[in-house]
Amino acid sequence: MELVGKSVFGGVAIGKLSIYQKQDNVVKRVKVDDVEAEVTRFQTAKETAKTQLAGLYDKALKEVGEANAMVFEVHQMMLDDLDYVESVENIIRAQGVNAEYAVATTGDNFSQMFAAMDDEYMRGRAADIKDISNRVVDVLSGASAGGINSTEPVILLAEDLAPSETVQLDKSLVLSFVTKLGSTNSHTAILARTMNIPALIGINYPEDVEGKMGIVDGFIGKLIIDPDEETLKKYQKKKEEEEEKARLLLELKGKENVTLDGTKVNLYANIGGVGDVADVLKNDAGGIGLFRSEFLYLESSDYPSEEDQFKAYRTVAENMAGKKVIIRTLDIGADKQVDYFNLKKEDNPAMGYRAIRICLERIEVFKTQLRALWRASYYGKISVMFPMIISVSEVIKIKEIVEEVKKELSDQGIPYGEVEIGVMIETPAAVMITEELAKEVDFFSIGTNDLTQYTLAIDRQNPALDNFYDSHHPAILKMIQMTVENGHKGGAWVGICGELGADTTLTETFLRMGVDELSVSPSRVLSVRNAIRNIDLSK
Amino acid sequence: MTEFTYTITDPQGVHARPAGIFVKEAASFPCNITVGKDGKDVDAKRILGVMSLGVKQGEEIVVKCDGDQEAEAAEKLEAFLKENL
Repeated sequence: MELVGKSVFGGVAIGKLSIYQKQDNVVKRVKVDDVEAEVTRFQTAKETAKTQLAGLYDKALKEVGEANAMVFEVHQMMLDDLDYVESVENIIRAQGVNAEYAVATTGDNFSQMFAAMDDEYMRGRAADIKDISNRVVDVLSGASAGGINSTEPVILLAEDLAPSETVQLDKSLVLSFVTKLGSTNSHTAILARTMNIPALIGINYPEDVEGKMGIVDGFIGKLIIDPDEETLKKYQKKKEEEEEKARLLLELKGKENVTLDGTKVNLYANIGGVGDVADVLKNDAGGIGLFRSEFLYLESSDYPSEEDQFKAYRTVAENMAGKKVIIRTLDIGADKQVDYFNLKKEDNPAMGYRAIRICLERIEVFKTQLRALWRASYYGKISVMFPMIISVSEVIKIKEIVEEVKKELSDQGIPYGEVEIGVMIETPAAVMITEELAKEVDFFSIGTNDLTQYTLAIDRQNPALDNFYDSHHPAILKMIQMTVENGHKGGAWVGICGELGADTTLTETFLRMGVDELSVSPSRVLSVRNAIRNIDLSK
Repeated sequence: MTEFTYTITDPQGVHARPAGIFVKEAASFPCNITVGKDGKDVDAKRILGVMSLGVKQGEEIVVKCDGDQEAEAAEKLEAFLKENL
């Protein structure tokens, strides 16, 4: 069974499900004869509750830090609040009833008042009032605190968890919190973030799940009950990956991409949109090695304006704060159809009318992108590269258009920065002329996915060919070698931005070849860094 | 009576913890003290009342002190608000 709610903290937890044992708190309304004795009972219980809260404050301070502990100090103040105290005492005296009933009623009234407020934070405080009231009632009735009905770590399910309940829990027994109620601002949510465990709210779990196997996917807010073997395996793998990532992040963040013998290499990230920049920074990449500009065209119903493009490029350049951002110009074709381009259907789009071939014939579309790119270059460190190059004449033509664009900008008094120009090496033809190409550009970026498909004559989209597809084929490795050597001879630096760049079984091979830069998906940056730091090229 | 107005700058508004400290400060003076928003006044010495105003960032509150040590109370509370809220 799968239940979807809202995630308050990401991560994966796998384990047995257990429902939190709340103590029974049924409060009865009982008439009392001696109301003043009942008021005294309340006052004594209130003091005991405050002593307990002071103890919880100390416990929380040690376990989860001051920010999380503060709630218990606030609870003590709430218990001393005159409105609260007067309300309780007034109910006891006016109705001649027991303290338990007076406290529970007052708690309900005040928590309803907060629950009705138009502010999420304040609505969250309704739980605090309930919590302190329950505590006093417990003291009055001598009830014991609830807990976890298990001796092994579990995914804890609860209707809702009050701060005093979560703090009393044995944290070593909790893999994840799952509640029916609660808010993303609740203490449970804050606690989950502090403990770095996944937590979900709004999950309406059935009551007969005690002891069953469960999976919490904190990334998409899902609880899976009684998962099948396959799902379980999938999540075990995901969990291991997450743990590995977390470990790497901690260890490798801020470290250099340097081999044991001191060779440094640039490690950048590939992105497909402005929103991916956060991932790039989180994973500590040194720059962006491939920014696919297609998203601007694919997400639009007409040619994206210069202004829209400029804004996107500028945002990324500024967010990367002086780190290199390599943007690839439009790479669409019949396989990535965009209606307004009106491209004819082709039998073999991979080898068809696409990328730079379109740009060199639809100059205005190309120029709009180039103007946006050069304008954005004023706001950061932008490099531009061109896809699907097969000949030197294409590069010369591109450079002429670039010069025109720069002149137009200068004439209009629009500022632009220094922009490195590079080409994608993704056709066998480009590899064979790298010596000549190197004289025309500042850098090469090897697109191993297309290079492999064109070199091995294997259509990437055809699953029937999977058995023939060998990404480590010696032909590919020799081509990379040749590209690096010719690039360096002509003064161009050489990077790899295809999937092969993240293949850590080849990292050493690439470094021995002299590859200057690897660009990989953000989530792979740290594992590649880890590989680099364990390589010794002197051996 | 001494009174002053203050505009909340804390992005979370008057949340529980500073409200608690404010109330404690207020309770240490003998004079009557109220906090008001949009014409609704509550006793500044009662945390639930102060929180029930639900004061958010950018909203203005009026603090009125009336009685013994009113000037001193106003000065102390204004300083606290500037520092914490």
